[in-house]
Amino acid sequence: MMSSFTSQFRGLKAAFTREVRAYFAAPIAYVFITVFLVALGLFTWEGARFFDTGVVDLAPFFMWHPWLYMIFLPALAMRLWADERAAGTDEILLSLPVELPGLVLGKLMAAWSVAGVALAFTLPMWITVNVLGSPDNVAIALTYLMSFVMAGAYVAIGAAASALTSRQVTAFVLAVVVAFLFTAAGWPLVLSGIAGFAGPGAADAVARFSFLTHFEAAQNGVLELRAVFFFASVILLFASLNGLWAAGRRTP
Amino acid sequence: MLELHQLTKAYGTRKAVDRLSLSVSKGEVLGFLGPNGAGKSTTMRMIAGVLIPDEGDTVIAGHSILTDRRAAQASLGYLPEGAPLYADMTPPQYLAFLARARDLPRGEREDRIDQAIADARISSVVDKQIGALSKGYRRRVGLAGAILHDPPVLVLDEPMDGLDPNQKRAVRALIARMAPEKVILISTHTLEDVPRLCSRVAVIDQGRIVADASPAELAGEYTLEAAFKALTDQSEAQAA
Ligand SMILES: Nc1ncnc2c1ncn2[C@@H]1O[C@H](COP(=O)(O)OP(=O)(O)OP(=O)(O)O)[C@@H](O)[C@H]1O
Ligand SMILES: [Mg+2]
Repeated sequence: MMSSFTSQFRGLKAAFTREVRAYFAAPIAYVFITVFLVALGLFTWEGARFFDTGVVDLAPFFMWHPWLYMIFLPALAMRLWADERAAGTDEILLSLPVELPGLVLGKLMAAWSVAGVALAFTLPMWITVNVLGSPDNVAIALTYLMSFVMAGAYVAIGAAASALTSRQVTAFVLAVVVAFLFTAAGWPLVLSGIAGFAGPGAADAVARFSFLTHFEAAQNGVLELRAVFFFASVILLFASLNGLWAAGRRTP
Repeated sequence: MLELHQLTKAYGTRKAVDRLSLSVSKGEVLGFLGPNGAGKSTTMRMIAGVLIPDEGDTVIAGHSILTDRRAAQASLGYLPEGAPLYADMTPPQYLAFLARARDLPRGEREDRIDQAIADARISSVVDKQIGALSKGYRRRVGLAGAILHDPPVLVLDEPMDGLDPNQKRAVRALIARMAPEKVILISTHTLEDVPRLCSRVAVIDQGRIVADASPAELAGEYTLEAAFKALTDQSEAQAA
């Protein structure tokens, strides 16, 4: 007997397998992973002079994750719902005996998995820094974990935006704007601006919603459950909006 | 086994479907006729649970689409207008997706998929991506998806559109073979299909049923086309 809680997620597995297949059947996933890795490599190398800072850690590498996710993950997620609407296949989905929360999570987890694969391909970086010196491996492991959790938040924003339109480009632009707001809210430049304009209390409040701030916490080697909870809340929020917007197709 | 109660759906102030009621029983093949924009597809979307009606309800094999949606949808095979499909999948991949989404018993999935492929006559294209298929084959893949789970109720929105004469005959034969055990609702603009396909005809105009009879009764002394014209001419004149 299926509990009523799990029955709310009917269709999750079907949606997940379909979307993962779609990512890897077309060149999307491979192109995405390659371009992501090249960009991350270039930024890390150029921006941080990896080999002549003297300090051996992955900080100059992790520092770019939020910024690259902000662009790349909306691009990965933009097709999830917009494409269904453009092709009319959402009509098939809505006629199946499944539940929207299942479809929403299945699609989200598929794109998140592709992001996870891309992240896994950066593990040689970790090996490299261990060859070059003796970094804080606990901190690195935690930061990898947090980076993956954070990627889920960016994917959720992208997927939700995708449910608003039948045009992938529109979904992409919308998601990048929202993702930028969440990311830049922790930018020192923005924060000091806000502090000067509306007082340090306001800057504190804004930083509370920033992906950067929560991500940086992990890099100090402490598992901040608050940060995990924060990203999980963001994922839940945008997954709910995603479901709401997808359900809107039933009542035009 | 399929009951439509007072279905109503408005887009803005214009009622696409207006208190439409209909009851179809097992063994009947109901042809759903009407001019463009009459509300056929909107009605079918409401039956399928794709659209929620402003008012009214649909009962499929005893399950209300509003209060027991999943059970109602499990009893329904639906071919949407234009047969939308996932272009990046092959027909068997698409059917496997539907089998999983419908949670068909694992042991039966392979057999059901093979059966649907045979019934819809798409075995020659199983290795091709759906996006690369011709319109007629795509329609047949959509049909395979609708009959995959052997549902007691079938709702097919223009299933014959784009089929060549041989395939039309094959689909007619398939529908005739399934008919005794099922409720089948078919919309079409091809009037000559109607007497060969349907045991009953409902003509809908401006969201309302304007005639409900057997094809022979409807045609009367003239032809179906003349009857269709007489029943729906007025709305065309109004729209123009
Ligand atoms: N998404 C929508 N938004 C606004 N109006 C709509 C929408 N879908 C349908 N309509 C309107 O509802 C009415 C009924 O449309 P419907 O598609 O049900 O007609 P139909 O009988 O299937 O026509 P056809 O034979 O051309 O397929 C039309 O006037 C149409 O313009
Ligand atoms: Mg139609």
